[in-house]
Amino acid sequence: MTDRTPAAQPYLEIRNLWKAFGDFVALRDIDLDIHPGEFVCFLGPSGCGKTTLLRAIAGLDPQSRGTIRQGGKDISTLPASGRDYGIVFQSYALFPNLTVERNIAFGLENTGRPKAEIKARVAELLALVGLPEQGQKYPAQLSGGQQQRIALARAIAISPGLLLLDEPLSALDAKVRVHLRHEIKELQRKLGVTTIMVTHDQEEALSMADRIVVMNHGVIEQVGTPTEIYRHPATLFVADFIGETNHFDAQVQSGRVQMAGLDLAAVTGGHAPGSAVRVAIRPEDILPMASDAPEAENRLAAQVADMEFLGSYWRAHLKVGEVALVANFSMNAVRRFDIRSGAAQLVEIPAERVLVFRGASA
Amino acid sequence: MSGASVQTATALPPGRDTRLAVDRDGWIKRFFVIVIGLYLVGALALPLYAMLSKSFVTYSFDLSRYEVMRSDAEGNWGPARSLAAINDELGRFTPQDLASNVNGRLAPTEFFPDFSFRSPERWRIRGLDAESHYLVGLDLIRSDEWRELDSNTFRRVNLRPLPKTGMDNYSAYFSNPALFGSIGNSVTIAAISTVITLFLAFGFAYAINRTCMRFKSTFRMIAMMPILVPSLLPGIALVYMFGTQGYLTPLLMGHSIYGPIGIVIGSVFFTFPHAFLIISTALSIADQRQYEAAESLRASSWRTFWTVTIPGARYGLISAAFVTFTLVITDFGLPKVIGGQYNVLAVDIYKQVIGQQNFEMGAVVSVILLVPAVLAFVVDRIVTRRQVSLLSARSVPFQPRPDRKADRLWLLWCICVALFITSIIATCQAAALIRFWPYDLTPTLANYDFNRMDGGGWAAYWNSLQMAGWTAVVGTVIVFTGAYMVEKIDGFRSGRTLFQFLAMLPMAIPGMVLGLAYIFFFNDPANPANVIYGTMVILVVSTVTHFYTVGHLTALTALKQIDAEFEPVASSLRQPFWRLFGRVTVPVCLPTILDISIYMFVNAMTTVSAVVFLYSTKTALASVAVLNMDDAGTIAPAAAMGMMIFYTNAAARILHAMASRRIMRRTQAWRVR
Ligand SMILES: Nc1ncnc2c1ncn2[C@@H]1O[C@H](COP(=O)(O)OP(=O)(O)OP(=O)(O)O)[C@@H](O)[C@H]1O
Ligand SMILES: [Mg+2]
Repeated sequence: MTDRTPAAQPYLEIRNLWKAFGDFVALRDIDLDIHPGEFVCFLGPSGCGKTTLLRAIAGLDPQSRGTIRQGGKDISTLPASGRDYGIVFQSYALFPNLTVERNIAFGLENTGRPKAEIKARVAELLALVGLPEQGQKYPAQLSGGQQQRIALARAIAISPGLLLLDEPLSALDAKVRVHLRHEIKELQRKLGVTTIMVTHDQEEALSMADRIVVMNHGVIEQVGTPTEIYRHPATLFVADFIGETNHFDAQVQSGRVQMAGLDLAAVTGGHAPGSAVRVAIRPEDILPMASDAPEAENRLAAQVADMEFLGSYWRAHLKVGEVALVANFSMNAVRRFDIRSGAAQLVEIPAERVLVFRGASA
Repeated sequence: MSGASVQTATALPPGRDTRLAVDRDGWIKRFFVIVIGLYLVGALALPLYAMLSKSFVTYSFDLSRYEVMRSDAEGNWGPARSLAAINDELGRFTPQDLASNVNGRLAPTEFFPDFSFRSPERWRIRGLDAESHYLVGLDLIRSDEWRELDSNTFRRVNLRPLPKTGMDNYSAYFSNPALFGSIGNSVTIAAISTVITLFLAFGFAYAINRTCMRFKSTFRMIAMMPILVPSLLPGIALVYMFGTQGYLTPLLMGHSIYGPIGIVIGSVFFTFPHAFLIISTALSIADQRQYEAAESLRASSWRTFWTVTIPGARYGLISAAFVTFTLVITDFGLPKVIGGQYNVLAVDIYKQVIGQQNFEMGAVVSVILLVPAVLAFVVDRIVTRRQVSLLSARSVPFQPRPDRKADRLWLLWCICVALFITSIIATCQAAALIRFWPYDLTPTLANYDFNRMDGGGWAAYWNSLQMAGWTAVVGTVIVFTGAYMVEKIDGFRSGRTLFQFLAMLPMAIPGMVLGLAYIFFFNDPANPANVIYGTMVILVVSTVTHFYTVGHLTALTALKQIDAEFEPVASSLRQPFWRLFGRVTVPVCLPTILDISIYMFVNAMTTVSAVVFLYSTKTALASVAVLNMDDAGTIAPAAAMGMMIFYTNAAARILHAMASRRIMRRTQAWRVR
């Protein structure tokens, strides 16, 4: 990841971090830098250790080994109360017997601030999260999305250096979720607060994060921007977990990969000729071509076995000889090339979009 | 994209686990856990230990350790002789005679049949070692020097028994049929009462939870009435109903109410609400779908009852059985009043301690009474845990359907039980208002003129009120604070486990055992806590401790239901935990806190067993006054005092219900969820 020039000093530095629950190792040797003002998502399947890592950062469940530095200061053994962060849990953990205003003011009171200042700050925060009129209500009288925003307002009220969000949107229905994604992202940009969000929803991560940390079985598989992660997955797991892939066992020839029934040009740097590899091809990287298009690399004559309409695009099940491939075609392309079930269709797979990974046995 | 992350190391590197520094909140919580833990150690563990060790101690006079010399009037000294030798010669005392207790005294003049305190003879006495102590007047002598005394002073010499550790008390207990016979009696009574109570309570709970019978809330209220009175009250009522002058005595067909019959009837009365509550909870969580399945299989309702209802309520039934059994076997007040010559363990403790001043034997009986109580406690804990998991798995709640014929039968059942309960209370009330049963039936309030009777008078009532008030306030604060700290502390694993164990322990300790343990522990002059002996403080401490566990479990249940993430949120907002505690935890748990305090209050008003050993003339209590007035034969005033306790507890319950309703109404806005 050398394409990004990191700010002089990472805001959060995690080094050789391990976490074990008894014999079960939940986090293995985690190294991670997070830069000031960044929005980072921890993404991975259920049970991969995202929450565990977040709780270690928050000082709620200490890591077994390793160090965490925040703003240049070693916070590895500081208890939660000594660290500098605001947190929003999946349950929101709003205090049920306090009004929305009192909830937001909870961290402001008892700090020597004058009452009027607190009131003004609460009003400002309520406006910021778009609920200016709701201050007198109790949490139970608000919708899930509104409660979520109150929890956010309470967390940022004390202007923490770090904002931690553990699956903040997962309890909401799909529409509200999409709407809140933008709001949270906007808010974070406005405040410039370094933010870590845990999610197992790849769409959420791709649309919100500056960088994504993809985790699996307690290790970090890859760290990168959404496009990096999507276009250049570092491991087969990442390729599979984010987006969809067709994949095959193959063998490397110089500049090519050979598999049963297919032989494609590919970027094979790093893989010795003759070594066994796994090849992944994303459905949207299979491009339909006009039958009279000029000759080029990786042109394949395919047979359309079946078509599925998925709302904004079509999914085509193709056959290239005996090899089955799934491709996504835009509505536009389907109309232009008149792609139909049962018809023949010329497709192209750009060589740099053929993703090559070390084989399973290697 | 150079390649996959290298996944070499799979095991945790060597080293120590990171531990977070403890912050101020952490220290304060540890402080509270330790302080309340120490309270439980001092108020429970140490007294029990003192009692247990006392049960292995025997006291006897060791004559071979004393020597006496005697001079004639002219001052010519005879030889020094061991008292043992003199005793052998005289054949005065057998070894059994020389067994004694901690307060024993033996005058050496007993060995000189011709002794006269006017004689001019002089005497010398010494112990052979520093342990062999004796009294001269009130001075305790611990010295092996000869001591010369005139006859008049020698008269005032007393040997003190020496302690010995061993199983002697136990072998003495088991070689005395009058004592160990009580084990069989206690178990028999408890078993019979348990079966009857369970039978009645199950029907009652079934009618209330599973049928469309009318007047459910009235029946529910009546079922709870026995909780409001001391367990000896049914005993008094039974005397009026079935005693020699009783209005129902012919029903017994010549049997006496004083004895097993009376104990069983009274036990069924006072254990009924406990069994009913547990079974009712078990029956209220039935799953509608199981009944629909049974119906679709065309199972008869009799079969459905045995294959669905009973198995579904089995943990409740087992738990109720053990709770009832323990209540009966550990109860003291009822068999004291109505037991007659029928000896049971709890009364034996009282007789040994109060009647015979044999504290060591009292301790032995206590240890024996601990066995069934602890066993029942352990089984109940296991079963309760199972039931909780059963509860969470359930789903569609059961909706009873009207069935006119069956509902009538159930109504009849409930009326019978309700009549039984109310008639006992009504009899007591009548007894309290009648001048002289059965000869002069004119109504009077004279029986409420407690100041004219022995037993403590009205002062005893006010003491009880004060004691119950303090117990409710202090007990609730300690119990809830302790539960909060131990539930919401980070780390401190071993401290937590130990605290939880200490908090569960009181439930397994019968009141009589606790009271006796307090005598051993707090009446010891070497114990600095001795100052509370004989004061109101020891009564409050013993009562809070006695009823600690139920309060603790109630508080834990409520605390577990509030979001575990409140504490992390508060500390991320850099707020101390006590702000969260005061602003959120306590307000949210207020109904539970009230429940704990009413529980403490009612039980403090009615308890007899622990406090009967601990009250002093200044701190006589109403419940103990009932016992003592009954003992003195002034039964009508005893009934009147019992009714005072009933009125007070009923009023407290009503106040509690009103307060709870007000809180609920005021906080409805945020309790919508
Ligand atoms: N207190 C604990 N004791 C034992 N194992 C635990 C504990 N907490 C978490 N684990 C285990 O550690 C692993 C990681 O848990 P974690 O909660 O971090 O997963 P996650 O990535 O947040 O998953 P999800 O998306 O389901 O929330 C899981 O296998 C989990 O079972
Ligand atoms: Mg999680």
